[in-house]
Amino acid sequence: MRPAQLLILFAVLAAGSLALGLLAGSVPISIAQLWPSLIGGEATGPVHDIIFTVRLPRVLGGFACGGLLALAGALLQVLLRNPLADPYVLGISGGAGLGLLGATALGLGYAAAHAAGLAGAFVAVIAVFGLSFRGGEWNLYRLLLTGVVFSSGCGALISLLLTLAPQAAVKGMLFWLLGDLSAVTSSGWAWLILVGLTLLATLYSNALNVLSLGRNKAAALGVPVLKSEVAIYVGACAATVSSVALAGTIGFVGLIVPHVLRLLGVTDYRWLIPGAALIGGAFLTLADTAARSVWAPLQVPVGVVTALLGVPLVLILLARRP
Amino acid sequence: MTLSARGLALGYGHHTVLRELSVDIAPGQCWAVLGNNGSGKTTLLHTLAGIRAPLAGTVALDQRSLAELNAGARARSIGLLLQDEPLEFWGSVLEYAGLGRYPHRGVRLTAALGDDGIAREQLNLLELGAFAARPLASLSGGERQRARLALVLTQQPVYYLLDEPLQHLDLRHQARVLAHFAGLASQGGVAVVMVLHDPVLAWRYCDHALLLYDHSAPQTGARRDILTEANLERLYGIPVTL
Repeated sequence: MRPAQLLILFAVLAAGSLALGLLAGSVPISIAQLWPSLIGGEATGPVHDIIFTVRLPRVLGGFACGGLLALAGALLQVLLRNPLADPYVLGISGGAGLGLLGATALGLGYAAAHAAGLAGAFVAVIAVFGLSFRGGEWNLYRLLLTGVVFSSGCGALISLLLTLAPQAAVKGMLFWLLGDLSAVTSSGWAWLILVGLTLLATLYSNALNVLSLGRNKAAALGVPVLKSEVAIYVGACAATVSSVALAGTIGFVGLIVPHVLRLLGVTDYRWLIPGAALIGGAFLTLADTAARSVWAPLQVPVGVVTALLGVPLVLILLARRP
Repeated sequence: MTLSARGLALGYGHHTVLRELSVDIAPGQCWAVLGNNGSGKTTLLHTLAGIRAPLAGTVALDQRSLAELNAGARARSIGLLLQDEPLEFWGSVLEYAGLGRYPHRGVRLTAALGDDGIAREQLNLLELGAFAARPLASLSGGERQRARLALVLTQQPVYYLLDEPLQHLDLRHQARVLAHFAGLASQGGVAVVMVLHDPVLAWRYCDHALLLYDHSAPQTGARRDILTEANLERLYGIPVTL
């Protein structure tokens, strides 16, 4: 299939995942019931409430979150020239987790804890960048290692907090660490970042293609290497921080979605970037729909479902590969 | 039109590998760069291509310093074949060679008309036409080297700076590649500068030579003045018969 056709298929899949997310759940809703609510015919009633106050914010938040994670993963795989790079490799999840859990352990409320998480994420972004940038030179191996070491340090402190925290608080902490979309209310700003970053990265996708050949080749072909790399870092961090602020640290999406696209034959970043945003969004929306409907009324953390759904999918794609 | 270096000193930090190099490279010329391992051949090519700053001296393209030149304009004039490249490219051989058009189309998302044609033409020239749709990573070392040469040819620069263009190539492809670049230069529109390890090939295909000695100033000039047995014996430290 040509990449353009594949991209249309991805868009259909994305729209389908959003529709399914609205229909499925502990109270199943039929398309006939959904339609009047969406076009605004029936403004009241329980179905309308479930769709607009419960499911729509969650579905939209999940899609934005998944798209942002996949985009961040694709960008970091270019920047670090490492296929194992994922949005959390540079310490953002560690910083955010430490901030949020630390504030929770200190007895701060929900809003304050989330602000602390966001602050932790920003501290991680700036600290890891500052430690890897020396005298106008940016060493990407140092960046990767600094991020990994920083993450490990945060991970140790998070484990310590989990051990010391009162039993009642631990479950909430674990949900956040595994990723959870149940608290999402509005995601308009995340959508703005998702659409903006996708457009920008697609516009510069030829430079991303050239950068994947290495710094020297990219410079010889006229790409302003350092400027581009800093821009990629800032973009990937903005995407990761937004998704973490929305739903905690959902694993697997950012690492695996770009590779799924490559296994499907989409290797050119002109198609891979918009494809990653669509498939990342669709995948997380479907995973979250499963997380809240399959064991309903019990809800499982969506991060568990992304791995449970994603692992067999990737293994099948890998096995099909000659 | 010239690519000219004046008073270049090259090195890393406090370690200078090469000093006092001045040279003018003009379209129509084919240069061989000869020297021992670690004599600064790669560093010189990177500096001439404008992707590395010299410790001292300047490189100018048509009297304009490379440091002041816009990166895109520089890449439309100067193409660089690297000695090695990290292999983190998932695409096909054709997509790879097509990246050589980047300096000409920049961030424009649609390939400019004929771009695929140019890459295909160069792949055919290097006998890679049948491999166009295959993943680059599936090629052998020599085939990959030809794909890298195809990318530089697709770039269509005026100055071709080739760092060890013959590595991994079988004898037939070595001869074809050398003949092709020497032919391009002899048509007058482009200049070729290539790092070689065989003075016989340098004598046969190049009209100018640049010798990078380990402990004294480099020598540049026309082949017959530079590629003498005495110079080559001094360069390599072994007896040489041409």
